[in-house]
Amino acid sequence: MDFFERFAVPHPSFAIYASMVAIGLTVVAVLAGLTYFKKWGYLWREWLTTVDHKRIGIMYLISALLMLFRGGVDAIMMRAQLSAPDLKLLDAQHYNEIFTTHGIVMILFMAMPFIMFFMNFVIPLQIGARDVAFPRLNALSFWLFFMGAMLFNISFIIGGSPDAGWTSYFPLAGNEFSTSVGTNYYMIAIQIAGIGTLMTGINFITTILKMRAPGMTLLKMPMFTWSAFIANVIIVFAFPVLAVLLAMGTLDRQFGTNFFTMDNGGMDMLWANIFWVWGHPEVYILILPAFGLYSEIISTFARRNLYGYKSMVGSMVLISLLSFLVWAHHFFTMGQGALTNSIFSITTMAIAVPTGVKIFNWLLTLRKGKIVITTPMLYSLLFIPLFTLGGVTGVMLAMSAADYQYHNTMFLVAHFHNVIIPGVVFAMLAGLTYYWPKMFGFMLNERIGKWTAWLLSIGFILSFMPMYITGLDGQARRMFTYSESTGFGPLNMVSFIGAGIMAIGFVLIVYNIYYSTRYASRNISNDPWDARTLEWATHTPVPEYNFAITPQVNSIEAFWDMKKKGHVIFKGEYEKIHMPNNSGIPFIMSCIFFVWGFSFVFSLWIPVIVTTIGIFVCMALRSFENDHGRYISVEEIEETETRLRGA
Amino acid sequence: MSELFPLKQVMGFVFSLILTAVALSVYFFNLSFSTGMIILLVTAFLQAGLQLVVFMHAGETEDKGAIYTNVYYGLIIALMTIFGTLLVLVWDM
Repeated sequence: MDFFERFAVPHPSFAIYASMVAIGLTVVAVLAGLTYFKKWGYLWREWLTTVDHKRIGIMYLISALLMLFRGGVDAIMMRAQLSAPDLKLLDAQHYNEIFTTHGIVMILFMAMPFIMFFMNFVIPLQIGARDVAFPRLNALSFWLFFMGAMLFNISFIIGGSPDAGWTSYFPLAGNEFSTSVGTNYYMIAIQIAGIGTLMTGINFITTILKMRAPGMTLLKMPMFTWSAFIANVIIVFAFPVLAVLLAMGTLDRQFGTNFFTMDNGGMDMLWANIFWVWGHPEVYILILPAFGLYSEIISTFARRNLYGYKSMVGSMVLISLLSFLVWAHHFFTMGQGALTNSIFSITTMAIAVPTGVKIFNWLLTLRKGKIVITTPMLYSLLFIPLFTLGGVTGVMLAMSAADYQYHNTMFLVAHFHNVIIPGVVFAMLAGLTYYWPKMFGFMLNERIGKWTAWLLSIGFILSFMPMYITGLDGQARRMFTYSESTGFGPLNMVSFIGAGIMAIGFVLIVYNIYYSTRYASRNISNDPWDARTLEWATHTPVPEYNFAITPQVNSIEAFWDMKKKGHVIFKGEYEKIHMPNNSGIPFIMSCIFFVWGFSFVFSLWIPVIVTTIGIFVCMALRSFENDHGRYISVEEIEETETRLRGA
Repeated sequence: MSELFPLKQVMGFVFSLILTAVALSVYFFNLSFSTGMIILLVTAFLQAGLQLVVFMHAGETEDKGAIYTNVYYGLIIALMTIFGTLLVLVWDM
């Protein structure tokens, strides 16, 4: 029995046992359902082995929504625990585990796949390509991300959750203070997902540089493609840092090295330093594609072209460089001198300039526009003031002398939620509503959508504005309770109510999907929003080859000019189309990676060695495989096109 | 004859051997730590640049611009990160 004791949860509670049962029953139900409805073959052929960027995108979307609810439940539990002084809903250990997983899940397993969903689904359509540059690598990226996320998520029922914060600072995350395998899960699961993200970065840089439609020069690319391109450049430069950092952390925890220990020449602050060398660019990896989505949505529903295209591009390039020059502002109080802090204060404040340029560009796009307030536009209009508020408190935090007052208080927590929720989450929901008809052939209900947007905004203001005040009054982040004499009670209760309103908003999204699936009209055009870019120029649902004839582009808003100025973008006859074949190797290899990661977490070296060999075998099989893809014949294209046109 | 003889590659090979020998000398001569490290770093970066240009053919194709932009951007970020880290953790503690 000794062998199995290591898998026990070190700090169990009723909730954890209940989740174990729930997870077990769900898995059984899913497997039984697949067998009963005879869907195994369908699942394998159409989804698990697919290399189609649209399907991979939809799988990213499903994962992101699942993780959104996992992270959301964590958030509600934290707000409930803090809603009144001296509550005993959670103890200190559980609170630590929950804020840790909330951070990781929301940043790496919710926001990142949501971004990947948009990049996968939209970019090849937007640049007039048939797929990404390396379709099979794309499938591998997704499955590595997915297995990393699943590995992370089983931590709380097998072996214990990580509990050292999403930043996992040493020495707290070292063996001395984090004795469970929780932090091993952190190191390994993020490592696996991070490899997938790095591959995505390389894949999309290549796609955008090499596979644009004829005539689409760099400065004629749609703004979302530009923003995703810059974000992928940042991924390629930042994620290797994370990989090395996690490897060093793993070596420290499992192989007795001394990179981050307190003695033997280790330097615990080195972790914080390298973590933020990756961590700060990561923030911009999230926000830049969100900015790109807002640019598309605002220009579509203001019914005019985007104001200041070149300054938008320039400011993003500048942000990508500056994002690597500001990391020390996350630890102004670590003990370095005034000179260092001043330098990093100035670089940090400098980022407000290109960001401000973008805000003004959106405002000037709205000016003299014929604004149509749809759900995506409502999110965008709510984003501008709310995000600006978060940006201003960011400049407050950037002042290193004043930061000694705010550091590690709820003020900081309020600030980063204030930029991430209106900045990233609203963009994701706006983009989801915007692209939903292109994916599934019907529109989400506008009435419910607008209710959701307002509930989320009101809930957001109620939950996070009070934190600015309690933070300035000294409420530290990550404290699991406080006494009544601090006076934080009433404002935290307001926060809890706000969190509840946000929860209703998220439930409404699910209801909206259900309601629209049942009742929405299927009789919509290929371009229901009267949009401006190429992704709306093809059929709904999008055929697997995207465009029967490769579009030829000679302006920034090619599709708009086709509709309004009579530009011809589809010239010539149908020709046979070369497409990649499906492959099971990415899925199988990622499953092996999952077992590898799980064994590594528990230091079971024999399975680690076996699975490592398995991973290399998969790569070797790929190297010796002779797969030239397949062709779709002209007759088949004609048949598909006639069917889709008729529908 | 001059088209047939790969002068650039042969010179590059000889130069990379010289660089290796210089780097190796650090082990055999009793140098101070900082002198040794300077020699190692300088030869290492020259060696990497030499390999990139002569043997990995950077700059011989039409995407020359993209390759060099990438290398320079990477160098700038790496140097900023290294010197920033030194500033934070060593020089200004």
